[in-house]
Amino acid sequence: MSAPVRRFVTLFLVHAALLVGAAFILLPFVWMLATSIKPPEELFTAQLQILPDRFYGVENYRFALENAPLLRFALNGVIVCGGILVVQLLTSIPCAYALAKLRFPGRNLLMTLVLLGLCIPVQVPALPIYIGLAYTGLLNTYFSMMLPFFLSVFAIFLFRQFFRSFPDDIIHAARLDGMSEFEIVWRIVTPSAWPAIAAFSVFSIVAHWNDLYWPLIVISDIELATPPLGMLFFANAESGTNYGALMAAATILTAPLVIAFLFARRRFIQGITMTGVK
Amino acid sequence: MAQVELQGITKSFGATRVLKDVNLSIEDGEFLTLVGPSGCGKTTLIRIIAGLEQQTSGSIRIDGASIDHLRPHERRIAMVFQSYALYPHMTAYGNMALPLTMARLHLYERIPLLRLLSPRRRSVMKQIDAEVQAVANQLKIGPLLQRRPAQLSGGQRQRVALGRAMVRDPAAFLMDEPLSNLDAELRVHMRTELAELHQRIGATFIYVTHDQVEAMSMSDRIAMMDGGQVAQLGTPSELYERPASIRVAQFIGSPAINILPGQVGPDGAVELLGRKLPISTRLPPGSAVSIGIRPEAIRVTGGGDPAAEVSLHAHLRRRELLGPEQILHFHLDRLESATVIVRLAGAQAPVAVDGAAELGFDPGACHVFDAEGNRVEVSRAESRAVPPQAALVQVGRAG
Repeated sequence: MSAPVRRFVTLFLVHAALLVGAAFILLPFVWMLATSIKPPEELFTAQLQILPDRFYGVENYRFALENAPLLRFALNGVIVCGGILVVQLLTSIPCAYALAKLRFPGRNLLMTLVLLGLCIPVQVPALPIYIGLAYTGLLNTYFSMMLPFFLSVFAIFLFRQFFRSFPDDIIHAARLDGMSEFEIVWRIVTPSAWPAIAAFSVFSIVAHWNDLYWPLIVISDIELATPPLGMLFFANAESGTNYGALMAAATILTAPLVIAFLFARRRFIQGITMTGVK
Repeated sequence: MAQVELQGITKSFGATRVLKDVNLSIEDGEFLTLVGPSGCGKTTLIRIIAGLEQQTSGSIRIDGASIDHLRPHERRIAMVFQSYALYPHMTAYGNMALPLTMARLHLYERIPLLRLLSPRRRSVMKQIDAEVQAVANQLKIGPLLQRRPAQLSGGQRQRVALGRAMVRDPAAFLMDEPLSNLDAELRVHMRTELAELHQRIGATFIYVTHDQVEAMSMSDRIAMMDGGQVAQLGTPSELYERPASIRVAQFIGSPAINILPGQVGPDGAVELLGRKLPISTRLPPGSAVSIGIRPEAIRVTGGGDPAAEVSLHAHLRRRELLGPEQILHFHLDRLESATVIVRLAGAQAPVAVDGAAELGFDPGACHVFDAEGNRVEVSRAESRAVPPQAALVQVGRAG
């Protein structure tokens, strides 16, 4: 085989493998989209068919929008995810800066504790936090949904990796120019960390937008439900076995994430490659 | 304008002692260069002066007042970094104005929105603007002020970094290898510019470099550092003509000084390759010494050299022509392992490659170092063969 032919075959095989992988990952989404535009009688036909014979999208989406407060769920999702993200950034960036750039006794021990924190799943402290919230009467509030996630050890770890490569000389120059450490963090280091912030934001928003576990524990009021919890209420109470409408609702609630990711994609990839995470 | 004094500065990182009792006094308006091989502690020392590192012991005084307790920005000192250390997301103007806004505006006056409450902010910013423009014009970077560091060339970044240091009107400038990231041509140019800048503003400059050419060409005085200590402090010509140790002799001067093994004969005369030189020392007979001869102190002749008191037989191995001068690499016939480098003016080759030659030199031009590498004073031995003009060179001054 000549070199160009071999090259072509290699490329073909690589892309074929990638396509199979992509199809495998995308299939549930494609199925969700397809189901959301199918009429009920076509859902359980024996043959595999992506596109419906009869377009039923308008009815499904209308039913979903009319019977479930989907926009309310989405708004709740935005409030909860936004609140969590803002506090996470405010706490983890100074913390990561200190761990990456300041020299103080016990720094390595603190870093080890942060890494240990990565190993503790949210289920472990769930009960004490729940009891605490119940005693203080904070169940069924936005605050109760956000509280366990305000401090993100993952964010500390990710930003620390990013800040470690920030030139020390620039920090020294800032100290000589009279900046306090907090000003250095927010005015000098953070503006250079946008790729890492974008990457972390995607992680954080996706995780909390899709989180069912914690809202299910602390929220019983449907007015406060985040998208997955809202879907759960909707599936139980309203739609019954109307899977077309259910999938239409799921599509509507997934769309913001997909759109947000498309916008942040370049920075996200840049951030991941620069921090060496994953 | 300031006199800077370092008293007994030491610095240890854990068990490693990086600086061992450094004492230096830098005069007001002086250009002092700290030079030395990498790892000699010169950068650590300059960081201690800036306040970016804390010394383990010792004290720093500016105009007689201790600054040990002051934080970096309170020390009236500006620093230029090797990497320039410009703030990447700010324009050149923002970089240069920052130290002034930090010094002259209160915290709330620097916070967006809140700063609108300040009645005096506008006039302060106007004053700052005038000062930044003045410095930018001095450095000829006026048209570049709205660019970010990424849009500037190395030389332009260098100027912005200088400008950021100059706007503060500091008592002393610290420069940590500021030219080493520039290409060779620009480095030579900036060298001249920095020296002129120093003359114009007359501030105290403390300049760190590992490049002896920079040190020799710009400084009033040089402090050569080695192993965390000041090996020698003096003017460039003192370091060149009377190096205090073999390390200084080897570091200063390019091409490097030739070092040949020798020993002290029974009558105290220095012997080179078994041949007695007409210079003597007070070292005990039999001591091993090293003899240093600068490449330009050696004359090359095809045959015998009647003017030279001492000559060595050698063969030319390599010749590098540099235009107005040439560098010749010789192997000594008596000591094959030793290469002797000679610098000659002119483009004419004195001998062909592989040809035999005589290397003649004046014994007065020899630097003698003892086994520890310290300079040994020599005196002219009584000898009738000494031509009077040769005896005047250097040895006479040694006293």
